Amino acid sequence: MTATREIQFREALREAMSEEMRRDERIFLIGEEVAQYNGAYKVSQGMLDEFGPKRIIDSPISENGFAGMGIAAAMYGLRPIVEFMSWSFSLVAADQILNNAPKMLYMSGGQWGCPIVFRGNDGAGGQLGSTHSWCVEGLYSNVPGVKIVIPSNPYDAKGLLKTAIRDDDPVFFLESERMLGDKGHVPEEEYTIPFGQAELRRGSWDQPADCTLVSFGRPVNFCLDAADELLKEGITCHVLDMRTIRPLDMESVVRSLKQTGRLVVVDQCWPFASVASEVITQTCERAFDYLDHQPLRVNSDDVPTPYAKALEAAYLPNKGKIIGAVKKTMGLL
Amino acid sequence: MPIKTVYKAQVEYMQILDENGKLDEKLAKDTLTDEEVLSLYEQMTVCRQLDEVAFRLQRSGRMGTYPQNKGQEAAAAGMGFAAKKGVDWLVPCYRENLALNMHGLPYHYVLLHWMGDERGNKIPEGVYVNPIAIPIGTQMLHATGIAWAFKLRKEPRVAVTFFGDGATSEGDFHEAMNFASVMQAPVVFFCQNNQWAISVPREIQMNSETVAQKAIAYGMPTIQVDGNDLFAVYKAAKEAVERARAGGGPSFIEAVTYRLGDHTTADDARRYRDPQELEAWMGRDPILRLRKYLTGKGVWDDAKQAKLEERAKTIVQEIVKTAEGIEKPTTDDIFDFTYATLPAELERQKSTMRTSSLGQDPAQAGLRDMGTATHGHSAT
Ligand SMILES: Cc1ncc(C[n+]2csc(CCOP(=O)(O)OP(=O)(O)O)c2C)c(N)n1
Ligand SMILES: [Mg+2]
Repeated sequence: MTATREIQFREALREAMSEEMRRDERIFLIGEEVAQYNGAYKVSQGMLDEFGPKRIIDSPISENGFAGMGIAAAMYGLRPIVEFMSWSFSLVAADQILNNAPKMLYMSGGQWGCPIVFRGNDGAGGQLGSTHSWCVEGLYSNVPGVKIVIPSNPYDAKGLLKTAIRDDDPVFFLESERMLGDKGHVPEEEYTIPFGQAELRRGSWDQPADCTLVSFGRPVNFCLDAADELLKEGITCHVLDMRTIRPLDMESVVRSLKQTGRLVVVDQCWPFASVASEVITQTCERAFDYLDHQPLRVNSDDVPTPYAKALEAAYLPNKGKIIGAVKKTMGLL
Repeated sequence: MPIKTVYKAQVEYMQILDENGKLDEKLAKDTLTDEEVLSLYEQMTVCRQLDEVAFRLQRSGRMGTYPQNKGQEAAAAGMGFAAKKGVDWLVPCYRENLALNMHGLPYHYVLLHWMGDERGNKIPEGVYVNPIAIPIGTQMLHATGIAWAFKLRKEPRVAVTFFGDGATSEGDFHEAMNFASVMQAPVVFFCQNNQWAISVPREIQMNSETVAQKAIAYGMPTIQVDGNDLFAVYKAAKEAVERARAGGGPSFIEAVTYRLGDHTTADDARRYRDPQELEAWMGRDPILRLRKYLTGKGVWDDAKQAKLEERAKTIVQEIVKTAEGIEKPTTDDIFDFTYATLPAELERQKSTMRTSSLGQDPAQAGLRDMGTATHGHSAT
């Protein structure tokens, strides 16, 4: 039974929060619509019933307010989980999450830690227009002091969220509205996933392949599709799911590269100064001699997210673009 | 020194046309003429029809997410009519279609926007309306800024900003209010208190008995009106606009209304709202109320109503046809308007459909010279 249990991404997130809340009464959840309404995207369904209004807290529409108060709660020993309906709306709370949370420990000489988890939907949710479709990882990962987690499947979502909640630093946990309904195997037994450990999802560590695909979050799934399709043509890929952006498991990237000699990074943020740029820079710094072709990026296009359905689809990374990039590193295009 | 009271305040509520269509003649004096009421009634009916049709378009996949205005037409109409078209500036959120239309924005723009086309926010020349704002509360600062500019330029113009009850919880609201008050900027803060912010009722959103009282802290004239009463909204709005134009600074209006529809088409309000509450507010429908009033005056009857409804249908059909007839954007349009002048790099990407990240799906692109166009110094 347990071995095959499949649940949705949103259920995995809920299980992670609920299990941790049962274990540690310092943990609470606050955000817009998280309690009475069971979450704008039903992630926190039933949690008010179980934990009551003291720990599952509906907030007014004041992102800066509940982010800031969450930070104070974390400084004084609680373990807040702060839900943004969308990471797009975290922008009105920018000073709290970027200028306070990640600097508190540093600026207090190590006295005031900030063990807080901010979580919510990241990336284009499907025709929400450019102000409501933010991928924040590119922007936020520039800031030292934050940890950034971005799971691609329900199993990782649960294990990583549990780790995030137990972590002593501020963690930005990035979900995707487009994946909340995805189902996947999630065991009932307790498990956590450590930060900074990428997972090889296609290929094997001791088998050479034609190209390494590095990704994180939703586009990992596009990479898997691309790899499966390429395999039909006899092209083999390593697909490396980074799972966390900070810390960034460059050891695994280099290790895979040694088996392939080619690198394509797939990142749903904009290309300029993106996580993809960072992966490629570090690859060049650490393993330039292993590269048989210049590394390539597949990012969203360098424009605000288009509102129209067809344009939004053309703007985002997809299987076709990934296949094109892999073939290009192989000199096939 | 003994303790003494240093400040006292109160908030007035105004209703002129009650639920049964009965008018307080004294208060109604010098507000709206019969012709104006008739015209506004017709416009409200068309707006309601547009809302119904937009809802159906979304359900049949011809429109993205859409926020219905249903039940709030008197608020938009009264405020929109009090502001001067072509002079004053409207800074909306997303639930005041009629006000925008009264100020010259054709309805097909509104539909185009919600169909997922940025050109719906490409406001025609001479129409003083800002784009629809999605990040809650952020637009109010723009209104204060616009109004401050009017004051600096000594132009007798007014900025009007629309927002919901929920938006008053954002920091931007308070900064906009304080700034406007300190600068004595000619801005009208028009809050459509529709009792709900998605699933959050007003009592949970705030602990103030009225939204209007929030303005007291900023030293601003403030009033609460029956937002489903065209006369009361108009009277309060007109006073606020005139005061601002005359150099009297900002004002606040809380229009007490109700969102008769769902938050947006992505929502189902039945999951969190008491059907009896909805029922009660259905009875306070601003359009129904005007119809009763007009019928009572003898200037309206069933035959006229039937004709109006027919006309509204035809008008809205035309609007939909116009919106849907606009040529769909093409993929290379995504680069346009990223900057005032497209930088050379984006221009190159647009003309080759090759972004620096390899660009378009080669299948879509027909595999045009993928090898050379992407990187000038390509190693392949
Ligand atoms: C900064 C920000 N936070 C959250 C949201 C999500 N959101 C969209 S509408 C809405 C409720 C707004 O309520 P209110 O201001 O009362 O306006 P209404 O929709 O009732 O007209 C929320 C929370 C958003 N768009 N922007
Ligand atoms: Mg509201």
